[in-house]
Amino acid sequence: MTFTSIFQKDKTKRSVLVEGQVVPDSARCVQCGICSFHCPIEIDVRRHAWTGQPVQASRCLTCGECVARCPRGVLRFERIDLFEK
Amino acid sequence: MSNGAKPHLTSDYSTFMNQKTFVIVGTGAAGIGAAEAIRANDRDAKIILIGDEPAGYYSRPGLAYYLTGEIPEEQLFPFSRSEFKNARFDWITATVLRIDRDNRKLVLDNGVVLDYDCLLLATGASARKSDLPGSDLKGVVQLDNLHDAREILQHTRRAKRAVVLGGGITALEIVEGLVSQKIKVHYFLRGDRYWGNVLDETESKIIEHRLLEEGVRIHYHTDAEAILPGKGGLFGRRSDEVAGVRTKEGEEIPCEIVAVAIGVVPRIELAKDARLEIDRGVLVDDRMRTSDPNIFAAGDIAQAYDPFARRAVLDVLWPVACDQGRVAGINMAGGDAVYTKEVPLNVTRLAGLTTTIIGAVSTGGRDDDTIGIVRGDSETWRTIPDALVSQSGFDVNRIRLMIGETVVLGAIVMGDQTLSRPIHQIVKDQVDITSIKDKLVDGKDVSGILSDFWRAIRQK
Repeated sequence: MTFTSIFQKDKTKRSVLVEGQVVPDSARCVQCGICSFHCPIEIDVRRHAWTGQPVQASRCLTCGECVARCPRGVLRFERIDLFEK
Repeated sequence: MSNGAKPHLTSDYSTFMNQKTFVIVGTGAAGIGAAEAIRANDRDAKIILIGDEPAGYYSRPGLAYYLTGEIPEEQLFPFSRSEFKNARFDWITATVLRIDRDNRKLVLDNGVVLDYDCLLLATGASARKSDLPGSDLKGVVQLDNLHDAREILQHTRRAKRAVVLGGGITALEIVEGLVSQKIKVHYFLRGDRYWGNVLDETESKIIEHRLLEEGVRIHYHTDAEAILPGKGGLFGRRSDEVAGVRTKEGEEIPCEIVAVAIGVVPRIELAKDARLEIDRGVLVDDRMRTSDPNIFAAGDIAQAYDPFARRAVLDVLWPVACDQGRVAGINMAGGDAVYTKEVPLNVTRLAGLTTTIIGAVSTGGRDDDTIGIVRGDSETWRTIPDALVSQSGFDVNRIRLMIGETVVLGAIVMGDQTLSRPIHQIVKDQVDITSIKDKLVDGKDVSGILSDFWRAIRQK
């Protein structure tokens, strides 16, 4: 890994943090809790899936653990359009 | 309001003159959905939840992942006790014996009599019991609730072999759970393939092939005749424990666990005794109201009209139960919500393969391994649509579409789930697919055609 690529990766991650959020599709969720169990900073993602609210917690790392671990495809990344009305 | 010498809870509770008492029988997804909706619409309401499940509210579908060891038991509980307390839900762990509709009272098995202004029946469904000789032996298990899951795990500590009888999603959840606990599994199928009234032949074979790869031995055209007890002795299985299964052909397969998953039965006895209108479930209108205007029903016991199947159907699906509970709750609290049945959808794991089932998908096959409905199941799926079948992919990644005159009526997406959500939306919104119909039926590059079509719709 080169010196510049470290910054490149960081930039990409930061841009995801700003522009992306985890969005649940409640119709697929069965509240098994695998998402919350695997969240490294203990956000209760399952509760978001119950209420249908995107994970807008500023602490969310958008690491993708919950999205990848969900056995039913409930969660996905969605781009936040900052200028959307 | 009094009721003789028996304890009478509601009269003690009636602090507010206009406080309404809502009683919910059943503490599953539908019951909790309703309780939340009532509280959101009526801050002062008295909400009493009665259930015979000692563990309270937990994710029943999550039991599959508890069995495989993916999550610990405590993870199954989405809410803490204190959260329910804060929402001012009163919990009673008891069984309701009788509904007195004329006087709006409930009689519980602990002697308590409760008044209600409005009642929700959300009693769910329970597993059909095995009637094979030997079904009462230790080691005969099912997967209906948390207690059952604990029992299965307990048995796996001492067992080496298991026989699984039945079909549908639950049978495979048990198989997967047992395999991950290093148990050698024999899976009996009465016919020549798995879940024949929902999956087509190729899909059944894909699942069976994966089971074989996991080391499961599938016994086709095999039916159990009896579950055999142990013969005792110093090192043998005891006479009250499972020691094997005898098939109708006379073969004896030694095992320490026999798991049965032959379907579920909606728990409609209370409604039946109260003379509410019932069919296979409790009949409800589009407000989830039963034939008694003060009694609602939701979840596995509710039989609601399905515009796709053009008849009232049963669903044993978690999100459907949540939706129905919420609609019932709003209407109970004086609001007006209409339950519009969506295309039934389940995303499940069959032999480790993620599978989405949407709408009417039957190709007319039979399933002899289950009776009636199973968990994670919808009667709508078994509707045989007047449709052309488009199929692509014959290995782990497969898409099957049931294509009607101008719309997609149902679909099964196995493996790669990239198109699962778009296809669900296309079926749900009855999107006109006339422009790509011929190409889809042709079956070449279905994924590519659908992706382009979906992108074009999104852009519009």
